[in-house]
Order: sequence, then structure tokens, then C-alpha cells
Amino acid sequence: MAAPLKVSVVSADQQVWAGEATMVVARTTEGEIGILAGHEPMLAILASGEVRVTLADGSKVVAEAADGFLSVENDTVTIVARQAGLV
Amino acid sequence: MGAQLRVYRQKIKSAQTTKKITRAMELISASRIQKAQARVAASTPYSRAITRAVSAVATYSNVEHVLTTEPARVDRAAVLIFASDRGLAGAFSSQVLREAEELSELLRSQGKDVVYFLVGRKAVAYFGFRRRASERIWTGGTDQPQFETAKDIGDALLESFLRDSEDGGVDEIHIVYNRFVSMVTQVPEVVRLLPLEVVEGVEEPGEQTILPLYEFEPDVESVLDGLLPVYIESRLFNAMLQSAASEHASRQKAMKSASDNADKLITDYTRLSNNARQSEITQQISEIVGGADALSSAKK
Repeated sequence: MAAPLKVSVVSADQQVWAGEATMVVARTTEGEIGILAGHEPMLAILASGEVRVTLADGSKVVAEAADGFLSVENDTVTIVARQAGLV
Repeated sequence: MGAQLRVYRQKIKSAQTTKKITRAMELISASRIQKAQARVAASTPYSRAITRAVSAVATYSNVEHVLTTEPARVDRAAVLIFASDRGLAGAFSSQVLREAEELSELLRSQGKDVVYFLVGRKAVAYFGFRRRASERIWTGGTDQPQFETAKDIGDALLESFLRDSEDGGVDEIHIVYNRFVSMVTQVPEVVRLLPLEVVEGVEEPGEQTILPLYEFEPDVESVLDGLLPVYIESRLFNAMLQSAASEHASRQKAMKSASDNADKLITDYTRLSNNARQSEITQQISEIVGGADALSSAKK
């Protein structure tokens, strides 16, 4: 299995969640996007909706994010949103 | 009890009561400052992520954006001042206002009109007393800033920046706030917010920190459109948090010296009142002795 992704979900006043995961699914303005390790660097605007993070053991972390963006680089995924919270 | 003695006792009482208040305020500020610092730290990941993203876009695209373009002519400049809502915080509000005055002086000497945006009741009072106009004011909650306020301020500033200067819009925006350096030092700082210069966090591209070639979705313009206002909000929010932390630190320091001064006053007045009591006793003794003398000499 490829090296895991480092994921952090950040809102304006705190870090909501950070950790390692195998897959991140988020909704951008263009539609849903799934990110696996080795994804090309990307900056995308998020549409409000949920971000699903699949951890290495198969469990899922779901966060609600509105008004933000998503950046991917070197297997580091940062989800930045004005309002974000775990569901 | 002699009149003199009573006056001193009253003064000691009043200094003691004042000290109770200042000591309480000192303790409150000391506890809040921890919280304020924690909030500054908690908001750092957000601003770091945004700054990084903005520098990535700025580095790898040549897109001209209205927020980053220097206007050809600057007719009007806005100054946003972060003061506090309450006083008794030492030089906190006055130093930031002084800094703002110096900045206005400079801007006027460059032939620019200056309009003001004020945060905090102290700034509003300062302007109100001098009968000077301000564009917008925000009061309440300077010691515990909310992100909504930052967003509100950001929206108002952007709106006025995007308006033409003929319609009363501004061509550049400066912010003046107290930066929290340490518990004992808070420095008033002037930053030009708009047009944007992305300076913070643009690291020298070293071996590991080379920014990758990004894919933008949907496209560079929209990403920049979405990102820049958020960047501005995060800068404002950071300024507000720093200002809040500085306010608490400054208040704690001011109240500590007030308590110390009260202590000194109490010592001084206690000495004086002891003195007064003693001289009163001395006087009474000499009166008794004098009286006894007079009686015994009358008997002979």
C-alpha cells in the first residue's frame, strides 16, 4: 500500500482534526473528488458539504466544512474552512 | 481622635479599597491572557495554511488580481485602528492611536485623504471627543474577538476598496494594532493590508520547500477570488487576537503597578497617621503635666 496521506482539517479558530489517512473525499465546486496517496498538487475551492476521511484501519472520520478550500501537495492534504467541525 | 488622624485613616481606607479592585482586575487579566494566547496559537494552523496557499498561487500564476494590483493613483487611504473597549489598560489604546496619527500625518503629506475604520470604544471615544468623522465602527468584544467580526470587517473593507475613489472608495488600506511580543512588550504595528503584498510565510525556496506546480480547480482566477478575501479575513482575525492578548497583558501590567502604588500609599499614610497619633499623645501628656504643675504651684 502506498504511503498514507497526512491530513489536517483546520477551521478559523482551531485545528479540527489531524492525522494519517488512506483516502480523502471532498466536495469541490466542480463535484466530488477523491484523493489517494500520490495525487498531483492541487488547490481547489470547496463547496459546502462533508469531507470524508478514510483511515488506515478502514474507519471513517466525517467533517462538515463550509467556505473553504482544499490543498494537496506531497501527500499532505489540508482542508481549510471558515467553519468546520466533526460530525 | 484628632482631625488630622481621622483624615489619614480615611485615606488609608480608600487606598485599600482601590487596591482590592486593581488586584482583582490584575488577576482576571492574568487568567484571561493565557486563554488569549491559546487562541492566537489555535488560529495559527489556519493562517499558515492560507498563507501557504496564497503564496503558492502568487508564485505559480501570473494572474493579475484586483486585490493585488497597485492602483495608479492613490487618492484616499483607509486606516483601520484596533483599540480596546475598556480603559485601565495602561498605554494600550493611546499608543495605537498615536501610531495611527503618525501614519495619517504621513499619508496626508503624500497627498492622500484619510478615512478611518475604528474597532473598540476607546478609539470611538477618541474620535468623538475630537469631532472627527469615521467611516465605520465596531465596538464590543475586543477582549474576546469573534471570527464573525473579522469577517464583517473584511467585507466592509473589501467593499470600500472595490468601490471607485470617485464614489468614496479607498485605494489602499492600512491596519494599526498592538502586536503581542511578550507579557511585558506589546508593540503598535502598522501593516498595509490592501493592495496585498504576500510577505508572511513566503519561505525561501530551499531544498524541501520548493512549492509544487499546482493544479487549480476550477481555475486560477476563481481560486484566487476565493482565497484572497479569506486571506484578508485571517490577517484581520490574527490582528484582533494579537490585540486582545496585548490588551490583557497591558491591563495586567497597569493594574499591577496600580496595586503596588496603592501599597506604597498605604505605607506612607500609615507612617503619617502613626506620627499624628504620637504627637497627639505627646500633646496630651504635656497638657496634663502642665495642668498638674499649675495646680501644685497654686497650693503653695
